[in-house]
Amino acid sequence: MQSQATYNYKVVRQFTIMTVVWGIVGMLVGVIAAAQLVWPELNVHEFLHFGRLRPLHTNAVIFAFGGCALFATSYYVVQRTCHTKLFAPALAGFTFWGWQLVILLAAITLPLGYTQGKEYAELEWPIDLLIAVVWVSYAIVFFGTIAKRKVSHIYVANWFFGAFIITVALLHIVNSAAIPVSFMGMKSYSAYAGVQDAMVQWWYGHNAVGFFLTAGFLGMMYYFVPKQAERPVYSYRLSVVHFWALIFTYMWAGPHHLHYTALPDWTQSVGMIFSLILLAPSWGGMINGIMTLSGAWHKLRTDPILKFLVTSLSFYGMSTFEGPMMSVKTVNALSHYTDWTVGHVHSGALGWVAMISIGSVYFLLPRLYGKTQMYSVKLINTHFWIATIGIVLYIASLWVAGVMQGLMWRATNSDGTLTYSFVESVKASYPFWTIRLVGGSLFLVGMLIMFYNMVKTIAGEKAYNAPVIAPAAAHA
Amino acid sequence: MDINDLRIVVTVLGFACFLGICAWAYSKHAKTGFDEAARLPLTDDDLPVDNDRLEKEGKTNG
Repeated sequence: MQSQATYNYKVVRQFTIMTVVWGIVGMLVGVIAAAQLVWPELNVHEFLHFGRLRPLHTNAVIFAFGGCALFATSYYVVQRTCHTKLFAPALAGFTFWGWQLVILLAAITLPLGYTQGKEYAELEWPIDLLIAVVWVSYAIVFFGTIAKRKVSHIYVANWFFGAFIITVALLHIVNSAAIPVSFMGMKSYSAYAGVQDAMVQWWYGHNAVGFFLTAGFLGMMYYFVPKQAERPVYSYRLSVVHFWALIFTYMWAGPHHLHYTALPDWTQSVGMIFSLILLAPSWGGMINGIMTLSGAWHKLRTDPILKFLVTSLSFYGMSTFEGPMMSVKTVNALSHYTDWTVGHVHSGALGWVAMISIGSVYFLLPRLYGKTQMYSVKLINTHFWIATIGIVLYIASLWVAGVMQGLMWRATNSDGTLTYSFVESVKASYPFWTIRLVGGSLFLVGMLIMFYNMVKTIAGEKAYNAPVIAPAAAHA
Repeated sequence: MDINDLRIVVTVLGFACFLGICAWAYSKHAKTGFDEAARLPLTDDDLPVDNDRLEKEGKTNG
């Protein structure tokens, strides 16, 4: 027996704990930004102004909370499904500290006003270089571990994690290409100009959604849903086909962010058509995840972790139906620049990304400390319901606000003048922004409950590293 | 050759490649491997071995 060898859980533990911590920080900043929309007098200082807090919020929840969740789960899953320790553990440790440094630098520079002005790619060039180094290290650790696997097959979850790592490297390096004004200063200008710059940005932006916020989390889904349901994936064939369909399709969908702009019309149409096609592979994944529970539906009644995982899939299905619809030009003419878009993003971000991450973290935490369960399963259930009610309030209010804004902005009188001024649509939005604030706050409260549950679970427990076990077939 | 011809060729090849993957995934040949692969996470027992705790919770490990 090679019972002495243990999996490298240390880096998984570090990233798992920081997932919860950064989740709270990022969502708190989101709640503050939402409050600033309701009470503009909360914009107390330029460092804490909505315009600076909003990118801080998006970076914190996507890259700090989501990123840490992806690092943690991918390092765990790749080790367990390859039956081998992490390749280059020191480099894995570097990815943790490097990534935390990136987050810290973002938290300092964004409020100070340093930005490249590209959505989800705001960080300035010195930080971009650090991200590139960390990301390449991540790729070396992940693919190095795959290379020394003890089973011949590479489990589907690793395909999704692998695609996410490669694509994010490509996206980040291409979109962040910039020329610094000086080597001592933070300021830089994009390597691209005009509409090409816009297209590169939204090629990046939508693939950040497709690969950072989808492929990586589908990797989680393909491991943690079967694990928690104790059922194999519903259709492994479907997982292979929808993986490649996503890979071939997502790259083309970016132009739907630039409908009715200077982007050539045919490019907009291509973006729209590929976005519509995306419905098929997205639902392939959603159906595959949900159907994995067939024969185990009763577990949903008693297992709140499974509730998180399955609800996340429902939101994934819902937002990947809504997304293609919104990419249709005529729908987009109404929805673009309104709060509908913000609601759509949050049904994906809170409903899908956050809920699958939360479920996975609840799965991981006890195992990383030699336990079989969280301190309180009841509190997981409480967290689930508070979070779900929060999301429903959030997206429903912004649907109403968004459609209302779109209708008000396009309304014209018989003489062709606008029926409403912009500020009238702002005034009409206040009640919905208040409901959104309540919904977002509830979601944050859920995260605080999770933090308490986490602290209680790991307090006084020794860090645990599970022994590396040979693949089942080998000793069966 | 025009650069657009190259683009068309790459797109068509990409699509043909995808159809090939679909045909392969749904072939009988791939099925046994897939069935085994689907069980990979389930045959891996990842719960900590702690006899005291297992007894307390009335669970067996394996």
